[in-house]
Amino acid sequence: MGKLYTSRRDLLKGGAAAGIALAAPTIFPSSAWAGFTNEPTGGSVTLGFNVPQSGPYADEGADELRAYELAVEHLNGGGDGGLLSTFSSKALKGTGILGKKVEFVTGDTQTKSDAARASARSMIEKDGAIMVTGGSSSGVAVAVQALCQEAGIIFMAGLTHSNDTTGKDRRRNGFRHFFNSYMSGAALAPVLKNAYGAERNAYYLTADYNWGYTTEQAVREATEGIGWNTVEKVLTPLAATDFSSYIAPVLNSDADTLVLVHYGGNMVNSLTNAVQFGLRDRVVNGKDFQIVVPLYSRLMAKGAGANVKGIFGSTNWHWSLPDEGSKAFTKSFGTKYGFPPSQAAHTCYVQAMLYADAVERAGSFNPCAVVEALEGFEFDGMGNGPTLYRAEDHQCFKDVLVVKGKENPDNEFDLLEIVEVTPVDQVTYAPDHPQFAGGELGACNPGA
Amino acid sequence: MFGLKQKDATLFLVVVAITALAPFLLNPFPENSELAQFNAGYPDLMQRFMIFGIFAIGFNILFGLTGYLSFGHAAFLGVGSYAGVWMLKLLSMNIIPAIIVSVVVAGVFSLIVGYISLRRSGIYFSILTLAFAQMSFALAYSVLTPITGGETGLQLALDDPRIFGVAQTADGSIPLTNFFGLEMRDGIEIAAGPWLFTLNVGYYLSAIVMLASFYVAIRIFRSPFGMMLKAVKSNQQRMNYTGINPKPYTLAAFVISGMYAGLAGGLMVAMDPLAGAERMQWTASGEVVLMTILGGAGTLVGPLLGAGVIKYFENIFSKINDNILYEWFSFMPGGLQDFFVTIIYPFIGKGWHLTLGIMFMLVVIFLPGGIVEGGKRLGRLFSRKKAEGGGSDATPAASPAE
Repeated sequence: MGKLYTSRRDLLKGGAAAGIALAAPTIFPSSAWAGFTNEPTGGSVTLGFNVPQSGPYADEGADELRAYELAVEHLNGGGDGGLLSTFSSKALKGTGILGKKVEFVTGDTQTKSDAARASARSMIEKDGAIMVTGGSSSGVAVAVQALCQEAGIIFMAGLTHSNDTTGKDRRRNGFRHFFNSYMSGAALAPVLKNAYGAERNAYYLTADYNWGYTTEQAVREATEGIGWNTVEKVLTPLAATDFSSYIAPVLNSDADTLVLVHYGGNMVNSLTNAVQFGLRDRVVNGKDFQIVVPLYSRLMAKGAGANVKGIFGSTNWHWSLPDEGSKAFTKSFGTKYGFPPSQAAHTCYVQAMLYADAVERAGSFNPCAVVEALEGFEFDGMGNGPTLYRAEDHQCFKDVLVVKGKENPDNEFDLLEIVEVTPVDQVTYAPDHPQFAGGELGACNPGA
Repeated sequence: MFGLKQKDATLFLVVVAITALAPFLLNPFPENSELAQFNAGYPDLMQRFMIFGIFAIGFNILFGLTGYLSFGHAAFLGVGSYAGVWMLKLLSMNIIPAIIVSVVVAGVFSLIVGYISLRRSGIYFSILTLAFAQMSFALAYSVLTPITGGETGLQLALDDPRIFGVAQTADGSIPLTNFFGLEMRDGIEIAAGPWLFTLNVGYYLSAIVMLASFYVAIRIFRSPFGMMLKAVKSNQQRMNYTGINPKPYTLAAFVISGMYAGLAGGLMVAMDPLAGAERMQWTASGEVVLMTILGGAGTLVGPLLGAGVIKYFENIFSKINDNILYEWFSFMPGGLQDFFVTIIYPFIGKGWHLTLGIMFMLVVIFLPGGIVEGGKRLGRLFSRKKAEGGGSDATPAASPAE
C-alpha cells in the first residue's frame, strides 16, 4: 500500500482551500465580454421565437410557432429536412448551426410593442438568445428590431408588411423576408388595370394606424400611376367592428371601386359589410363595382367566407405554388401538422433557415459577421423564386403573388387562387424611394 | 428614524434590504438546472418590478387613501413615457431631464383630467377617467402619430437632434441611455459556482427611485394630509358638513398619483427607450388596479407586492410552453404525460391570464385585504400561539398602543 493516508489537518486544509475556490465568485463587468452578446459557449445555441400567442393575431402566431418548431427540427437533422434540400446554399448539413444543437425559447408579443419588447428582453437577458425572430404586426417588428439593434443581436422579422420596417425604421441588425406595402401596390396595379381598366374612381377605407397609412399610400400611388382617380380616403378606427357608417357614403359617391386597406378581423368585417350593402351588385358609370384588398391572408379569406370570391389582393406566398421549394415546405409542414402552412408560417420558417445559413457561411455567431453574410445574399429554392437580400435596406426582393378569392374552393384551405406571379423587377424600388425615405441602417452592433 | 415611527422604519428598512439583495434573492436556482426557468433575477424583469412598484404605490395614494377608483391611470404613465422619449430625442441621453419632464408633464395632464373627473365620484368618476385614458390611447394610436409614432411607438432615431449630446456615436449607432455617463445596460455579473447573478446599473437606479417614492408614500400616509384623504374615503359628506372642502385634497392626491405614474413612465423609457401606445390602453389601467387590490389596497407594501406578483406571472409563467411541460413530465409514461400536459397547459404559457384571474378571485373572496392581509393572518396565527394565555386581544384595532 502506498501512502494514501492524509492527516486530518491536511484534509481540513485542502477542504477549506477547495471551498474557497468554489465559493469565490468570478466578478466581471457585463460589458467586458470579449466577443459579443450571448456568445454560445456550450454545445447548444438558443434562438428566441417571439410570436403573438394572444390577441388579434394569435392564429398567425400559432402558425408561426409551428413553422419555427419545424425549422428547428430540420436544422437539427430531424424530419424530412424540408427546404434544406431545395435551398440553393448548401452550407447547412442538418447538424445544428456550426455543430451546435439548436434550442429555442418562446414568448408572447400580445401584438403590443411593449409586451413584445419585454418578452424579447427576457429572451436576451435571461435565456441567452442569440437571435430573436417572429411577430405578426409592423408595430411589434419595428419595436423589437430597435431593441435587438440596441442589445446587439440579430432580428429576423416575421410577418410585417409596413414600409417602415425596412424604410424609415430600418436597422443594421434587422432583416425582413416578407414583402411590403410598396410591393403590394406595384404588383396589384397592372393586374387591376387588366381586369378593371384604366379609368376607375377609387374610394379608400384605411385602418387608422401606421400600416394602413403606408399601404394606402403605396396602393394609391401605384393605381394613380395607371390612370385611376382617387375619389376619397377615409380613415376607420382600428377597433371598429361595424363599418356600415363608412360604407354608406361610398354608395353616394361616384366611386366604382372600393379599396379596403384593412387586415385581419377588420378586413373580414368591412368586406362583409360592403357585400351586405350590395356594393358588388352595383353598376356605377356603366362599370361593375369592384372591391380590392391589398394584403390577403388565408386566415382572412377563411373569416370572410364566400364574400372573398373574385376579390383581388396580394400575398407573399401561397402553398399552392408549383415550385420545388414551396412543394417541399407544404409537404413537410402538412405531414407534421395535417394542414397546409400560411404565408406567416412560410416567411418565419425561411427567416430561421436564412439566419442559420448565414451563421454557417460566416463561420461565426457574431451579429456583424451574420449581417455581412446576409447583406446582398442571393438565394433560390425557398419558394419565391430567386431572391436578393438587399444590402442597402435589408429587404428581400422576390416575386410577389397577386391572388383572388376562389370561386369554387375545394376545401377550407383552398380559398385563394394565384392570378399572377409578379416578377421581382416590377416590384423593385430604389432604397431611397420617397415611401422609404428617412431611414438609416446605422452600424452593426455586436453588443456588449 | 428618518422621521418615521418605529414600525414604519422597520418596514422601510426591510424593503430596502430586499431591493438591495433582489438580484441574489430572485435567482435562487443554478443556471443550468431545470428550475432556472423560474429565476426572475434578470435586469429587465427586476427593473419592471421597481417601475410598476412605483406606479402601484402612486395609484394606492389615490385609491387606497381616498377610495377614488381611477380606471385611467395608464394614461399618465403613457404621457410620461412619451415626454421622456422626446427629451431623450431632443435634449440628451442623460435620463435625468427625461424623468423630470415625464413627471411634470404627467402632473399637468393629471391636473386637467383630475379637475374634470373629480366633479363626480364613485362609478361616474371611474368611467370619466376610463374615458380620458381611452381617448389618450386612441389619440396616441392614430391622430397624433407624428408626435407619438402611432402603432409603431415612439423611438429613437439616428437623426435625432439631441442638443446636449451626440445624435449618433462614433461608430454610427444610437447612443445608450445613461446617468451622467453610467449606462443603464452596464453592470457586473457575478458567477458563483453554478449561479450567475447580474447587478445591473439600471436596476439599482430604478430601485433607488422606487425606495424614494416608497418613503414619500409612507410620509404621505402618516401625514395630516393623508389623514384628510382617509377621511374622504370614510365619509365625504360628513367632511362637507364640518365645513371642509374635500375637493382640493382629492385633486392633490390625484395629481400626486398621476406624477408617480409619470415617474414610472419616465423610468420605463430610461431603461428601454421606446414608448408604445398600448401602455395607455384600458387593460394597462386595469392592471395597476389589479396590482393594488391583489397586494392590498390602502396598505404600504401591498401595491409593491401586487406589482411583483403580476409582473412575475406575466414574464415567467407566460414563457413556459408545452415543450417545457413535456420535459417536466418526461418521467411519466406516454399517456399519463400527455394527460398532465393537457391539464396544466391551459393555465400556463399563453394561458397565464387564466391563472392570474383565478388567483385574483381567490384573493378577493378569501383575503379582501390582499396579500398583506394574508401575511398578517399568518403572522397572527403564530403570534397567538406564542402569546397563548397572555390574554392579548386578537383584533389589532382593539389592542393598546405600545
